[in-house]
Amino acid sequence: MNEILRIEGLTKTYEGGFTALGGVDLDLKEGEILALLGPNGAGKTTLISCVCGIVTSTAGTITVGGYDAQKEYRKARMLIGLVPQEIHLEPFSKVIDTVRYTRGLFGKRRDDAYIEKILRQLSLWEKRDSKVMQLSGGMKRRVLIAKALAHEPRVLFLDEPTAGVDVELRKEMWAVVETLKASGVSIVLTTHYIEEAEAMADRVGVINKGKIALIEEKSKLMARLGRKTLRIELDASVSDIPASLSDYNLRIVEGGEALLYEYEAGTSNTGITRLLAGLRDAGITMKDLSTRQSSLEEIFVQLVADQEETAA
Amino acid sequence: MNLLAIWAMYRSEMARFFRTLGQSFLSPVISTSLYFVVFGAAIGSRIDEVEGVSYGAFIVPGLIMLSVMTQAISNASFGIYFPKFMGTIYELLSAPVNFLEIVVGFVGAAATKALFIGVVILGTSALFVDLQIAHPLVMVLFLLLTCVSFALFGFIIGIWAKNFEQLQLVPLLVVTPLVFLGGSFYSINMLPPIWQTITMFNPVVYLVSGFRWSFFGIADVPILTSLLAILLFQALCLAGVWWIFRSGWRIRS
Repeated sequence: MNEILRIEGLTKTYEGGFTALGGVDLDLKEGEILALLGPNGAGKTTLISCVCGIVTSTAGTITVGGYDAQKEYRKARMLIGLVPQEIHLEPFSKVIDTVRYTRGLFGKRRDDAYIEKILRQLSLWEKRDSKVMQLSGGMKRRVLIAKALAHEPRVLFLDEPTAGVDVELRKEMWAVVETLKASGVSIVLTTHYIEEAEAMADRVGVINKGKIALIEEKSKLMARLGRKTLRIELDASVSDIPASLSDYNLRIVEGGEALLYEYEAGTSNTGITRLLAGLRDAGITMKDLSTRQSSLEEIFVQLVADQEETAA
Repeated sequence: MNLLAIWAMYRSEMARFFRTLGQSFLSPVISTSLYFVVFGAAIGSRIDEVEGVSYGAFIVPGLIMLSVMTQAISNASFGIYFPKFMGTIYELLSAPVNFLEIVVGFVGAAATKALFIGVVILGTSALFVDLQIAHPLVMVLFLLLTCVSFALFGFIIGIWAKNFEQLQLVPLLVVTPLVFLGGSFYSINMLPPIWQTITMFNPVVYLVSGFRWSFFGIADVPILTSLLAILLFQALCLAGVWWIFRSGWRIRS
């Protein structure tokens, strides 16, 4: 797949001396959704702002669709749509006017058929003549998306589209993103909700303290870093672990009625067979077995903790 | 040049103006009428003529200048401050436009609004006094230059302002006193000699004088000096805007 966006060595040091980005390398393939995860202040918004031209980068290069974001900023920016984190909209404008305005601002001729298409896609068509201030929060977010799409961009940046949004609306946003992806737009999505990345992304990047800690296919990441937990329900409760099984770091839960065993899902030798044999030898009988894979959230917390440990 | 973008910004700014057209139109009409009632009828009846022109007519160029300057400044400063305040400036910064295009769009719209108001006041004045315009081309030139330069000045204020207080500060504390003391309602010759000298440091004097010359052929300072003064002011504002453009001051971190 071709790369639509390529970022190399992107650095941003603000006037006060704070380094928000410390040499970020990143690429986005045509048609994919990349989720950038990171805690508050990790540099997610600065990264997006540098690409979109809102913040001037200190060093590094950004190419969008082959155009240098600084030297050929007009061509590069034509390809980018940005949905900011906060709802920044002119309250007195009509929905359709504000969307048309953005299209004009990006140097595209008025195209009512296209504007109608995106407004319908985002269920805003009925509200086209309403003033922005009359809309609900969810509608306003959709207006932001409509504006970002008004000039037919090939890359869309969604900066925490569901921050502070209720569960129902979040699901609705996810559905919108799915539709957008289907229409061929490549998407960079920042979030600190892991479940969002899990639900939508093709690849997941983790950014922390202005550096990309990791970037990988979501499924591979889950498989590689995902820890699995084997839960063993027992016939009769136990009070302590037999000495022969001490190597497995088993945990006793539910008052001794179940045992938990954690293992790396990606490894070839998980130790499960030996553990089960060991249990049988120790005379422990099992009622049921189940496994659970750790979520991206747990992976993420682990990664950030590791990074902080290395830094310390 | 991204002409479509300039047009989009211009239209969007003008739309704000048209949304409040009644207010935009009525307020200069009412305030001009009030000035005529107070200065023209009440005070003017006690002042016969100023340099051969009836007092009512004499104040017309000053009245137009007064409104045009304050309107150009407030429209332009508010026009660019509002997106900063609302956060919608992100859109301008991420669009394929350069600063010059933004200036043309915003300043152009603010100047247009000020021009509109100037014309409305001129029309209203014609209802009260017998007006003649001796040098119409110079009049139009002065009006246009004033609209554009003060809109540029307002634009700089709007970029500079960090809050609504600062936005009001310069127009209120600097511009209004200068305009009122700039000979809108009197001829410099009516002042005691010491004040005549002090007044010459007020840039607005040159504008009002030049503009009045285009109406009646009378002036406090030579017309060329007036023209140079407005051109100098315009050049200073352009330089300010250019510097902002180069440095990204208060716009792009």
